[in-house]
Amino acid sequence: MKIKVSHLTKAYGTTDALQDISFQVPDGQIFGIIGPDGAGKTTLFRILATLLLPNSGTATIAGFDTIKDYKKIRNIIGYMPGRFSLYQDLSVIENLELFATAYHSNIRENYHLIKDIYQQIEPFNDRMAGKLSGGMKQKLALCCALIHKPEVLFLDEPTTGVDAVSRKEFWEMLRKLKDQGITILVSTPYMDEASLCDCIALIQNGTFLHIDTPGKIIDSFPKRLYAIEGDQRTQNLQQLRNNPYIDSVYLYGDRMHLTFKEDPDPHLPEVVLVTPSVEDCFIWLMKKDSYE
Amino acid sequence: MLVFLIEKEFKQIIRHSFIPKLLIVFPVMVMLVFPWAATMEIKNISINITDLDHSTLSKKLVQKISASNYFRLTGLSSSHADAIEEIEFGNADILLEIKSGFEKQLIREGATNVSISSNAVNGAKGGLGAAYLSGILQEYTMEQLAILGIKPVPVIKTTESYLFNPMLNYKIFIIPAIITMLLTMLCGFLPALNIVGEKEAGTMEQINVTPVPKFSFILAKLIPYWIIGVIALSLCFALANLFYGLTPSGSISTIYIFAAIFLLVVSGLGLIISNYSSTLQQAMFVMFFFMMIMILISGLFTPVSSMPKWAQLITMINPLKYFIQVMRAVYLKGSGMGELTVQMVALIFFAVGANIWAVISYRKTTH
Repeated sequence: MKIKVSHLTKAYGTTDALQDISFQVPDGQIFGIIGPDGAGKTTLFRILATLLLPNSGTATIAGFDTIKDYKKIRNIIGYMPGRFSLYQDLSVIENLELFATAYHSNIRENYHLIKDIYQQIEPFNDRMAGKLSGGMKQKLALCCALIHKPEVLFLDEPTTGVDAVSRKEFWEMLRKLKDQGITILVSTPYMDEASLCDCIALIQNGTFLHIDTPGKIIDSFPKRLYAIEGDQRTQNLQQLRNNPYIDSVYLYGDRMHLTFKEDPDPHLPEVVLVTPSVEDCFIWLMKKDSYE
Repeated sequence: MLVFLIEKEFKQIIRHSFIPKLLIVFPVMVMLVFPWAATMEIKNISINITDLDHSTLSKKLVQKISASNYFRLTGLSSSHADAIEEIEFGNADILLEIKSGFEKQLIREGATNVSISSNAVNGAKGGLGAAYLSGILQEYTMEQLAILGIKPVPVIKTTESYLFNPMLNYKIFIIPAIITMLLTMLCGFLPALNIVGEKEAGTMEQINVTPVPKFSFILAKLIPYWIIGVIALSLCFALANLFYGLTPSGSISTIYIFAAIFLLVVSGLGLIISNYSSTLQQAMFVMFFFMMIMILISGLFTPVSSMPKWAQLITMINPLKYFIQVMRAVYLKGSGMGELTVQMVALIFFAVGANIWAVISYRKTTH
């Protein structure tokens, strides 16, 4: 196991940011942490990246303890925080050189690893990092996190604020890095990215609701899921919520998803049976969680 | 690694839109403008004279006063009430009232009375103005009595000689202190703001996840400012010499040795502040607060010995005070290391204390 986390707890004052988190990530996997803003994703990343001390519980990266052996961990991890945190007043190449030097390495040594990504920003080598576009900044940050060939890569919301095409490209890059044997822990608020991970954990209010492969999470959806397409959706939503036969109903893209308390007459007009997505599972788990 | 980090700091300082200008403009401004503005000499006191005697002698007195470069005659009033009004409107700082019968009495009795009223809102100005005016009056009386052939009442004549600053030039007093202030700003506060800035930008954290030791990172922040501080100090020496003809009477190497220790003190203080602040705004306010207190109780403007006992006790823990003492002693008295052991011990103590505190507070607030 590359990452082992057991019973991790962190509180800021009286607010619990993380409550009793445990999970394991095998070597060379892409492990996704999916959850809304404020769920505790960044806190978890900061603890694993040795930037924050937990209140209780332990975490090890490649067998090193995040508290005792933090110096060793810093040599083998790459961390890309959610906010762009490179030097805005240094150029692309200067940032890259700085981080390579910080790891007692140089750009040539692991050039093969960043080649595909770096080639896209190479034309802007002398531009100040602060003047790059959002997608370029993200690529530069990834290059800087990879420059020392880390064993584990922590990516905290790498695709937030990035357009759909760049997001797709980004996930392709992650696939390639995985093929190089790098273990990747990635967080995202986008449910559609969940299916691209090998394993996902759904996080809400500092607790993991469920950990499994995306396929199994979808299989675990306990009911049949139906969809309605309609024009006066908001109006219908209120009516449907009050309907005694309906268990749950919510907006999903341009339609509504709903489950019934008992499986309905299959010949209902307008209603179609659909396969649930990770997002449906997440909504289901959140609802279950709030009842308990 | 350290060299590379220092190189990075210099690159950033040079690219910064404001700091490089500040580093040149600040010493020049401070040396060329401040000594003129921060003078405690009282000049241009506005005087209003009420002459009720209208005699030759009283007119001569008015002439003598307006010829003095301490006073500026801003008006003549016809009554005491009018004159008081002038003070109330802010047109006059000091009033001189010459009563009728001034000339007669002076000739007949060899002595007479005039009244001086002075606006003491600015106590120093009011008091000194009255004193200057009395001096002029006394001189005037002597002259007139001599002309009239009246033997004056015997008076004690004093001769003054001022040690170390014979011309009582206030600039010579203030410049060594201003240089101290400059070093505190450049080497204490700028690196601290720089560190807090990196904290705010998140770059500090990005460096922290790398194997770069924190000690190297902080040292790489301080070294460029130390170098800048020494350059600024030398620039100040050159400017002081060029514009005020002021050269240290003592050895300049003594100043550099003390300056090196003082730089450690102020950068230590800066680090402490940076450890406790998470935003630039917070750091700025804390610095502003400490700077105000440190300057006011350092003896920069007002002598420590005339402060109340409790304030004098506070000055004991103000590193600025010791360095200002050193600067003045070396510049004006020509003191060497031997005479400055107290200051040396105090500054070393502050340097060690501040930096230990900085290290401890750093450990506490971060991993």
